[in-house]
Amino acid sequence: MPEKEEKTTTCDVSIRIGGEAGQGMKVISGLLGKTFLRQGLWVFNHQDIMSRIRGGHNYSQIRLSSSSIGAPSSEVDILICLDKNTLDLYQDEMDGLIIYDQGKWEGKGPGGKKFLSIPLEEIAKEKGGDVRMANSVASGAVLAVLGLSLDPLLGLLEESFGSKGKQVIEANKECARTGYQHAQDKFRGKKLCENIRPEHDKQKILVTGSEAMALGAIASNIRFYSAYPMSPATAIMEYLARKQKDLGLLVEQPEDEIAAVNMAIGAYFAGARSMTATSGGGLALMVEGISLAGMTETPLVIVDCQRPAPATGLPTRTEQADLLFIAHCAHGEFPRAILAPSNAAEAFYLTNKAFYLAEKYQIPVFILGDQYLNDSSWTVKTFNLENIFRGRHSLVPGKEMKDWPSYRYKRYELTGSGISPRILPGTSRQVLYADSDEHTEEGHITESAEVRKNMVEKRLRKSNGLIEEISPPRVFPDNEAELYTVSWGSTFGVVKEAVQHLRNRGMNVGAIHFSEIFPVKKDVIPREIIEKSELIGVENNATGQLAKLLRMETGLNIEKRILKYDGRPFLPEELARQIEETTGDGK
Amino acid sequence: MTKIEDFKSDDPIAWCPGCGNFGILSAWKKALAEMNIEPERILMVSGIGQAAKLPHYLRCNTFNGLHGRTLPVATGAKIANHELTVIADGGDGDGYAEGGNHFIHAMRRNIDISYFVHNNQIYGLTKGQASPTSDEKMVTGTTPEGNTLCPERPLALAVASSCSFVARGYVGEMEHLKDLMIKAVSNKGFSLLEILQPCVSFNKTNTYDWYKERVYMLEDEPHDPFDRPKAFHKALEWGGKIPIGVLFQCDRQPYEELAGLVENAPLSQREREAKDLERIWDEFN
Repeated sequence: MPEKEEKTTTCDVSIRIGGEAGQGMKVISGLLGKTFLRQGLWVFNHQDIMSRIRGGHNYSQIRLSSSSIGAPSSEVDILICLDKNTLDLYQDEMDGLIIYDQGKWEGKGPGGKKFLSIPLEEIAKEKGGDVRMANSVASGAVLAVLGLSLDPLLGLLEESFGSKGKQVIEANKECARTGYQHAQDKFRGKKLCENIRPEHDKQKILVTGSEAMALGAIASNIRFYSAYPMSPATAIMEYLARKQKDLGLLVEQPEDEIAAVNMAIGAYFAGARSMTATSGGGLALMVEGISLAGMTETPLVIVDCQRPAPATGLPTRTEQADLLFIAHCAHGEFPRAILAPSNAAEAFYLTNKAFYLAEKYQIPVFILGDQYLNDSSWTVKTFNLENIFRGRHSLVPGKEMKDWPSYRYKRYELTGSGISPRILPGTSRQVLYADSDEHTEEGHITESAEVRKNMVEKRLRKSNGLIEEISPPRVFPDNEAELYTVSWGSTFGVVKEAVQHLRNRGMNVGAIHFSEIFPVKKDVIPREIIEKSELIGVENNATGQLAKLLRMETGLNIEKRILKYDGRPFLPEELARQIEETTGDGK
Repeated sequence: MTKIEDFKSDDPIAWCPGCGNFGILSAWKKALAEMNIEPERILMVSGIGQAAKLPHYLRCNTFNGLHGRTLPVATGAKIANHELTVIADGGDGDGYAEGGNHFIHAMRRNIDISYFVHNNQIYGLTKGQASPTSDEKMVTGTTPEGNTLCPERPLALAVASSCSFVARGYVGEMEHLKDLMIKAVSNKGFSLLEILQPCVSFNKTNTYDWYKERVYMLEDEPHDPFDRPKAFHKALEWGGKIPIGVLFQCDRQPYEELAGLVENAPLSQREREAKDLERIWDEFN
C-alpha cells in the first residue's frame, strides 16, 4: 500500500468478551480500553450483566475507533469466548473472528477461517502460574489480531499490578507476550487496525458516567456524600469513598435512603456541599426529604441512576423511565431542576452545574443518569476546570455580616427574585430558623393566610431566574430537516450516529436532544421546526415520558414514538432502521 | 457569660397550659446559661410533634424538619460543622416510632449529638393517639378497646445498642433534669436523654401524680452506669418504680474522631483549589 494512504487509514472495531459472572470480562475490557486509549484511539466500553455474582452469561464490549464515538455498535468484529456457552450463543450469527480457549473443549474445538483457538488458561498456568492471568493472555492476543503494538499493554500491566510486586507484574507481562506471539503466529486474517499510528493523546481520558459524576462533584467542592448502596448508583459512592481521605470529604453509608437524603440536607444546611445518589426505588424513599429541601430552601443535589422498574425491576439493566416521577415527585409545589447528561463529559459538567443551581436557587436539583450512562466507559477530553462554576452562591459574605445588628437575620426574607440570602449556622452573631412548617420570614411556624400566600409565591418566583439558566436542547442540523427525533439523556451518542447514518444515505433527518430538561420553556422547540418538520420521540421507556412532559409544559403534541423498554440500550443501526420504518421510507 | 435571658425567643408559645414541655424549656435554658454557650454556637434539630416546637421558643440555630427525621438531619449538620453543639429534640412518636430505625443507627454511629426525647406516652399534636411507649391496655383515639401492643423500652434498646450515654429525667425534678442535660451535652458521643413529661390534655393516666409516686433517683443508691447488665435491668424497670438519672455509659470513641473530622477545620469551611484536582484525572489516562 502506498504510504500516503496508510496515514489516513481509519478503524472502527467492536470486541465482545463473553463469559460467566466472575470470569474477569471487565478486567480484559478495562485493560484493552486503556491500551487503545494510549494508542490515541477513541474507546467506548459497555457491559451486559446479569444480576448475579457467579455464573450466567455476561459480556463486556469494547468499541475502538480512530474518530470520536459515543455509542456501542451491534456489529461485533471479534468475539472472545471465556466459556463454551459464549461460543454456542453467538457462533452462528457472528461474521467476525471468534477467539476461544482450546482447553475448554474435550477433543477438537470448532475450526475454520472465523475461529482462532488460543490455549488461554494453559499459557496462563505455564507462564504465570495462575489461570486468572488468562485475561492478560487474551489481551495480548487481541492486540496481535488487530495489528497494534503490545508495548502500551505491558506498561499498563506494570501500573495495574504495581502494588502486587515484581513477580506478579513479570508473570502478567509474560502471559501478554505469549498470547500476542501465539496469535501473531496463527492468525492469517485482516488486521483491522494495522496501519493506525496515532500518538498517545494526553488530553483524553476513559471514564465511566459514575466516575465522571463523582469527579464533577469533587471539582464542585463536595464535602459530604451520604447514600445507601443501590445498583447502578453505588459506583459513585465507591469512587468517592476511595478518595475521601485524600480530598477531605466524608462518605457515609446510613441505614436507608431516608436517612441518606436527610443527612445530605442537614450537611448542606450547615454549609458542606452534599450529594446523594440512588436508583428509582431508593429515590421513592427520599421523596419526603425532597419536599423538605423545597420547603426549608436547603440546596440538595440528587442523582437518580435509572434502572428498569417498577419495584426491583431489572437491577443491572437500563431504562429512562423515571423522568415523570422526578418531575413531579414530592408533596406540594416548589421549584426544582432536572439535568440529564448525554455522556460522561456532560455527567461531569452538569454535576457541577447541579451544585451551582441547587445553591443559587436553594432548591433540589436532580441529575438523571441510567445504568447505560453510569456503567459505560466513555472517551472524553480531559475536563476543563476553567469553565466550571466555582465558589459559593447566594451566601452572604462574612465581612458583610459583621455590620448587622445581632440576632436580626431573616432566613426567608421576601425578595424580588425569591432568593433569600443564606448564612451558615455558627458563622456570625446571628441565629437562623429553618422550618418544614409554613413559616414567617424569620422562620417561625405560622398559619397566617397572607404569609402563606407570600411564601408560596416567593418560593415559586425562583423559577423565573432558574428557567433562564437551563440550556436549550441541541438541534442538528439547525432547522432544515423534514423529520426530527426528540430524545434526552444518555441516548445522545446513539441518536447522533443513527441520524448521521441516515443522512449519509440521503434521508433528511435531524435530532433534537435534551440534556437539561426542567423547568421547560414554552418555546423550547423552535416554532419553525414545529411548523415545518415532523417530530418522533425516541426514548428508552415504554410510554414516551419526555413527549408527555413537553405536552404538559408546552402544549406540543409528539404523536410518533420509537420506544425501547427491554432493559437494553438503543443501538445506532437498530435505531436508524426504526426511524426509517416509522416514516415509511423503509426498504 | 451567657444568661437565661440571652436564649429568649420572640415566638409566642403554642403549648397547652400546664404542659410538661414548659418545664423542659426552662431546665434547658438554665442548662445553656450554665454551660455558657452562645446561641449561635448551638444547633437544635427537631422533627414534628409538640416537643419538636421547642427550638422555636429559644434563641438558637434551628432546623425544624420532618416527623421522625431529626437524627439524620442532626447527623449531617454535625458532620458538616463539628464545632457546633448539636441537640436533637422530639417526642416519643417522632423518635421511637417514625424515627425508630434512625434512632438505632445513630446510637451505633456514636456521633457527638445529644438527643432529648420528651416521652409523654401519647401523641399530643394529633390529639391523643397511642405511641410506642403507651402502656398496655391504654385507651386512646386509635385504641378504643385498649392498646394491645407491648410498650417499647427505648432505654433498654439504647443499652443494647452501646449508646455511649443513656439517662432519664423527669420534668417534675427540674434541677436534676438540668444537670442531666449538662451531662448529656458534655458526653463526647451520642447521648440519649429521655424526659418523662405528662401530657395534661390527652394522657389522663401518666399524670404528675402518677409519676410523683413512682419516680426515684438512681443517685440515691449505689448504681454504676458502666455495669451493663445492671443498667439493662434498670432500663427495663417500669410501672411500680421508675428510675431517673444516668442509667448507662460506655467508653466509645466518637464518630467525628474515627472519621478524622476533629483534627481539621469543619467541612463547611473548606474549599478545594484547582491545583488539588490536577492529578486526579491521571488514573483515567
